[in-house]
Amino acid sequence: MIRVRGLTKRFGARAVLEEVDVHFRSGAVTALLGPNGAGKTTLLKCVLGLVRPSEGDVLVEGEPIDPDGSYRHGIGYMPQLPNFPPHMTGLELARMLDDLRDFRGRPDEELIEALDLRAELGEPFRTLSGGTRQKVNAALAFRYRAPILILDEPTAGLDPVASLALKAGVRACRTEGRTVVVTSHNLGDLQTIADHVVFLHEGRVRYDGSLGDLLATTRRSTLQEAIADLMRGSDATSRRETGRDTNEADPERRHLEVVR
Amino acid sequence: MRAVLILLAALQGTQAAPASQGTVATRVVGPGGDHATITEAVQAAQPHDTVVVTRGVYREATVVVDKPLVLRGEDGTVLDGEGARGLLRIVADSVTVSGFTLRDTGISFTEDRAALLVDRAHFCTVRDLRVEDAFFGIYLANSGDCLLEDNTLRARSTRETRSGNGIHLWYSTRVTLRGNRIEGHRDGIYFEFVEDSRVLDNESVGNVRYGLHFMFSDGCDYVRNVFADNGAGVAVMYTSDVLMEENDFRGSLGNAAFGLLLKDITDSEILGNRFRDNSVGIHAEGANRVRVAGNDFLENGWAVKIMANSEGSTIEGNNFLGNSFDVATNSRRSYSDFAGNYWDRYRGWDRDADGVGDVPFHPVRLFSLVVAQNEPALVLQRSPLVALLDLAEQVLPLLTPEDLADPRPRLAPVSTRWGPS
Amino acid sequence: MSDRSVSTGVKILGYQVRDLARSRALGGYALALALATWGLVHFGGGTARALPSLATLVVLVVPLVSLLVTTSFVHHGGDFIELLLSHPVGRRPLFLGMYLGLALPLGAAFLAGVLIPLGASGALSTHANGVATVALAGALLTAVFTSLGFVIALRATDPARAMGAALLVWLAAAVLYDGAVLLAAYRWAAYPLETPMLVLMALNPVDVARVLVVMALDASAMMGYTGAIFQDFFGGAVGRALAIACLCAWTIVPAWVAMRDFQRKDF
Repeated sequence: MIRVRGLTKRFGARAVLEEVDVHFRSGAVTALLGPNGAGKTTLLKCVLGLVRPSEGDVLVEGEPIDPDGSYRHGIGYMPQLPNFPPHMTGLELARMLDDLRDFRGRPDEELIEALDLRAELGEPFRTLSGGTRQKVNAALAFRYRAPILILDEPTAGLDPVASLALKAGVRACRTEGRTVVVTSHNLGDLQTIADHVVFLHEGRVRYDGSLGDLLATTRRSTLQEAIADLMRGSDATSRRETGRDTNEADPERRHLEVVR
Repeated sequence: MRAVLILLAALQGTQAAPASQGTVATRVVGPGGDHATITEAVQAAQPHDTVVVTRGVYREATVVVDKPLVLRGEDGTVLDGEGARGLLRIVADSVTVSGFTLRDTGISFTEDRAALLVDRAHFCTVRDLRVEDAFFGIYLANSGDCLLEDNTLRARSTRETRSGNGIHLWYSTRVTLRGNRIEGHRDGIYFEFVEDSRVLDNESVGNVRYGLHFMFSDGCDYVRNVFADNGAGVAVMYTSDVLMEENDFRGSLGNAAFGLLLKDITDSEILGNRFRDNSVGIHAEGANRVRVAGNDFLENGWAVKIMANSEGSTIEGNNFLGNSFDVATNSRRSYSDFAGNYWDRYRGWDRDADGVGDVPFHPVRLFSLVVAQNEPALVLQRSPLVALLDLAEQVLPLLTPEDLADPRPRLAPVSTRWGPS
Repeated sequence: MSDRSVSTGVKILGYQVRDLARSRALGGYALALALATWGLVHFGGGTARALPSLATLVVLVVPLVSLLVTTSFVHHGGDFIELLLSHPVGRRPLFLGMYLGLALPLGAAFLAGVLIPLGASGALSTHANGVATVALAGALLTAVFTSLGFVIALRATDPARAMGAALLVWLAAAVLYDGAVLLAAYRWAAYPLETPMLVLMALNPVDVARVLVVMALDASAMMGYTGAIFQDFFGGAVGRALAIACLCAWTIVPAWVAMRDFQRKDF
């Protein structure tokens, strides 16, 4: 369970996140959505402690995140880009991370089995294809059976088989009561696994609610269409907010802009 | 002069003749001996007698030796001046003194108080003395034809004004100093108006001012001595016809300290010496027709500082190794010749393989001029910037003396008695 | 720091050392130094002649290599740092592990490159003081410029700019600064300059290291200086201790600044 309160992040004068309040529940999969530059990755990095909030705070399992990072024992993270040290093998990396995490349990290697990654784990990353690296990336996120799973664009570059295996893994996490946060451009994928949707636009939360509610209020059948509506709405809002072109806004969907 | 001497000697001879008649007596001083005091024995002795002083500490008035005698101290014979007087004064010719320990003369500002004073006497031999805490140690005035051998002089001075010189010669001729060791005096060895003398195999170490200091002393040789860790090194002045050979000059550190300071020295030779770890190896001012050859200059601040008032000197066949500066001067012109030296800074080729570099070496670095003008810049020693400046100056000399150059720099060190360095 | 932080730091240090050992950069550095040292000793006419040249080489090369290796490492390692920070690894232990993991191998490569050929030539016994001083100066310079490299790399986020800044810092510290000091010495030649000169030296770590070497190799010349302050400074253990303390400060202060930057940095 992650709670973000009044989070603002500015890089110089530019605010990337503004007063973000969200709640990623346990036992649920939350899809974190938004166009490029909306602040999705920055928000996740704030949760991971990689980016320091300008204002506001982040609570993980009810506790404010501590600077020594030990709360990250409870988080498995799959970064957007699998930038691993090129000369290292997956196995070496896994051992090193096991060591750094003082991990002595039995690692979750279901993805490795499912994707038949054993052989590739012995090869240096520089010899692996982008897709294979992404598989290893995913496997590492699941490895420590962390109560919180944060997946940033997990299916990008994955083949359909791997995508399916990953999604199966995510569903399993949900049933185990773990907290899962996923960003993706592949809204079709997300629709099949997400319970909740948080929609970010220009650093602000534009929607935070269940997937079912979103589909119902937008009267759409797919997440893709619903999100497209949200984006149009948001664009309209920003245009109106900047004092231009208010006529195009669809009054029926106005209420969606009001969050909670 | 010589006639007078012969006359004097003859007179003494006739006085002594009736009593001894050629037989040499031995008198023993000390408890159970013939005499209780040395003075008594000397007074009672006939010329050419031997006075043997037995072991013990003697405290008596300065012993004046006024007749030719052999005065010998047994092992452990101490003459103690109790901080108030000199111990021995030789005023007759042909006196031999040996074996005593002379100690504690005290300091005097009214007289040149010496442990042993030889005053207007010739043919003396002073051997195996230990002189401890004397103001002056062995002092020869208007004397000559003496041998000072294997004496050890040790004082514990830290200030110039509170100490006298170790072996001090004034208006003396044909004196040989051999195998003496002098430590902790003002000047270890001091010569003024001394002629035709030899200083061989002595060690003058840790003296407050100079290890060796001479002025107006022509025709003297200094061979195989060690001058080490003296306050200001060795200074020789206003003299001609000097030979300094195979001496070891080292550890003279300080802003007015020199391995060897030459001031108005002419027609002299400085051969096969070693200058090591001195702030300045040789400082030459008014050194004319001086030949400096076959010496080792090792790890000095400045190996050679030669002022423009030095003319016609030659610096040849020396080794310059590990010095911060090889040569410094105060002029753009050079009046002395450098040739056939080995310079560790030389980077030339020897394409005809004759052991001599193809291009001349300019031993004066630009940086040494900089430092001469602006001393604090010395902190930039070994800066890459300084190396660049020196290199530029080597390629295109604008400021350094162009004609101060070694036209035949050697590619390998000259072999010296100090061995391969 | 807690035990866990210390153990994390030590682990990071270990990985880093293994990582660097695998990259050829450090081996190449050690080998190049060894070749240069060997060349100076064998073609330059013995250790007595080689040491001063080696000293100049060291004050030029060590800062440059330390700066470039550190800045490029921090930038190329950016993704990896991010990966580690997404795991339960504190920033302080990570920084200290990375710092020591760079400074120690760099220092070891330097010492190996210089001491092995000198040892083979017997210089360790014949010129122990000179060799020890050059080794100490180089080792301390490595630490100083690893610290400065971290500051540069963490402040200039663009790798090309960081590299440019590193080169500029090197050029300024190794050459330009001394030029300015020399001009200043001439400009204010009429004033007592001893103390200002020593202060100016203290403000540039390359100069401090060089002065440390000069104290060993040029003591005779420095003692020949007329001023009492230089005599005291260069003549005894005090100057040496001050120079070493100064280089330690030049290591610790920038390292502390870099650590603070690192703790505040967004990835």
